[in-house]
Amino acid sequence: MINNMPMIAVGALFVIGLYGVLFKRNIIKIAIAVSVVESSTNLFLIVLGYRTGGSIPVYTLAGDFKKMVLPTPQALTLTAIVIGLATTALLLTLIMLLYKHYETLDVYEIRRLRG
Amino acid sequence: MSWQVHLPALVLSVPLLGAFVALLMVKPILRNLWFTFILVATTVLAFLLWRRVGISGTMVYVMGGEKWNLTLPSGMALPIRIIMEVDAFGAFMILTGSLATLASGLFSIRFLDRVHDGNKFVALFFLLFTGMLGLEATGDLFNFFVFLEIASVASFGLIAFWRDSPEAVEASFKYAVLSIFVALLFLIGVGILYGIYGTLNMAAVAKNMQVGFLEKVALVLFITSMAMKCGAVPLHMWEPDAYGQAPAGVSCFLVVVGQASLYGMFRIAFSVYGQAFQGSVLAWIIIVFGLLSMFIGVIMAVIQKEAKRLMAYHCISQTGYMLMGIGLGLLALSSPQAMSEYGFTAMKGGIFHIINNAMYKGLLFLTAGSLFYATGTTELDKLGGISRNMPYTTMMFAVAAAAIAGLPPFNGFVSKLLIYESSFVVHPFLAVVAMVTSILTLASFVKVFQSGFLGPSREELASTREVPLTMIVGMSVLCLMILGLSLMPNWALSNLIEPAARDLVNQASYIQAVMGSGL
Repeated sequence: MINNMPMIAVGALFVIGLYGVLFKRNIIKIAIAVSVVESSTNLFLIVLGYRTGGSIPVYTLAGDFKKMVLPTPQALTLTAIVIGLATTALLLTLIMLLYKHYETLDVYEIRRLRG
Repeated sequence: MSWQVHLPALVLSVPLLGAFVALLMVKPILRNLWFTFILVATTVLAFLLWRRVGISGTMVYVMGGEKWNLTLPSGMALPIRIIMEVDAFGAFMILTGSLATLASGLFSIRFLDRVHDGNKFVALFFLLFTGMLGLEATGDLFNFFVFLEIASVASFGLIAFWRDSPEAVEASFKYAVLSIFVALLFLIGVGILYGIYGTLNMAAVAKNMQVGFLEKVALVLFITSMAMKCGAVPLHMWEPDAYGQAPAGVSCFLVVVGQASLYGMFRIAFSVYGQAFQGSVLAWIIIVFGLLSMFIGVIMAVIQKEAKRLMAYHCISQTGYMLMGIGLGLLALSSPQAMSEYGFTAMKGGIFHIINNAMYKGLLFLTAGSLFYATGTTELDKLGGISRNMPYTTMMFAVAAAAIAGLPPFNGFVSKLLIYESSFVVHPFLAVVAMVTSILTLASFVKVFQSGFLGPSREELASTREVPLTMIVGMSVLCLMILGLSLMPNWALSNLIEPAARDLVNQASYIQAVMGSGL
């Protein structure tokens, strides 16, 4: 059970984020929800590579070790975090522009495009 | 070895260099020259890559290795570095994408004179170009995700390029939320496959693939995210907004970027899962996606009153043809008899439709762009009688509209005929939907042609002039391609389409190019 806790956290974060993206009306809250999904993905990748009792995946610093944590998912996560930074910044910029144009943050009022 | 072995890396790095150097250009004339130079250079590289793949088979390129072809260092069971892998299907997509990009880039040059920050436009344009080519050249699942995000981030910027217009920002925001979300779904799928197989290389995953529950979950995540990125119904709602609000040159470009996601879907379905996935569920899901996209897309298009939004809905319906054609190929994958009976014809039709759609849909968006450039509007109610003032644009529009409606002898007819023939064998209903869609397509383009170009001249449009030369050159690139494909369908089928279809079906050669035959 205790070993599965990280995976349960991943699932809970994902569901919370999904709920926010689908049902929140405030666009800033939608952006936050997207970031929560992003965190759940990052956590998922890290948990995938974790080995109980493993040492850090750097040969020169690891000292005496029996097994190592997998390095690849950590590299992937770093890349995903950087990408997440770019997309979040861009989302917030778009929100700023939207607020300037529409003077509201409510998705139900930002809907000139339809049909 | 000749320098051409480095083509898979060069074709990505040249536009990437173009993007960052473009920000330093101080004079508009310098920037325009740089823009044209990089566009032409990348297209030439894409052509050489296609030629080389045609001659010597699937190309692999190891990024950061001691040798470009050392995919599997000795003693390793799995490839460890990022590997580019271009087979005939990938090379075909790269060539198609570059040609459409060349046209939209040439077309956009004069647009840049009207904006202040043209350098940023060029930089984003080349980033999107790199992202698109990367999607089609990579053989690594995580690398695919990275290129997907490069392409997405650049396209958010380009869609909202007219940031003074509330609609453009709104369209970009919708697209941004959706596409970030589905990219994360894709990443979760990649994580699942990594957790099971311990590798990110597509060929290595495919070699060890045994489809269980988790693999199916990953497949669902992949297909969902790629279907959204290519705009298949029911995940299409962002597409008319985004394509309708982006600058016209960019809309033309986004068409081929959407097709790059389609490429990703087919690559995963055929090369990563392929034979290991028993049963026809996946194929039928793709076919049903195709049917829905075809029909709902065209129904929505008929009622539109704004030219670019109408064309964007047609984009959805044309994506449906490709999904159906290649979905039928997937249906026939496990049985050689079905493959020769209808599967291969359907795949040829679907793949031929990819290049056809890139050419005529791109041309249609460009003509809409030149209408906007010349008259300041694309509302059909406000246009009329401009065929006398803009003869070249009118002619190009007529060619593209006839091609998309599938009138013989144009190229749209050839690919649609292949799809009709093969889908009829599976079930007549599929062919009926495809034909009805084609008829409605014709109807809606007759509407645009009649109300936009023909009819009595309007006083307020009397001073309209033909668009500048570079825009006409951009449009003629696509127009000549359409005419060429129409006049020589047999040449195109045997040289462009068949190798691509054969390589897409042949999963073993895709695996072997990376893993070698020894293991």
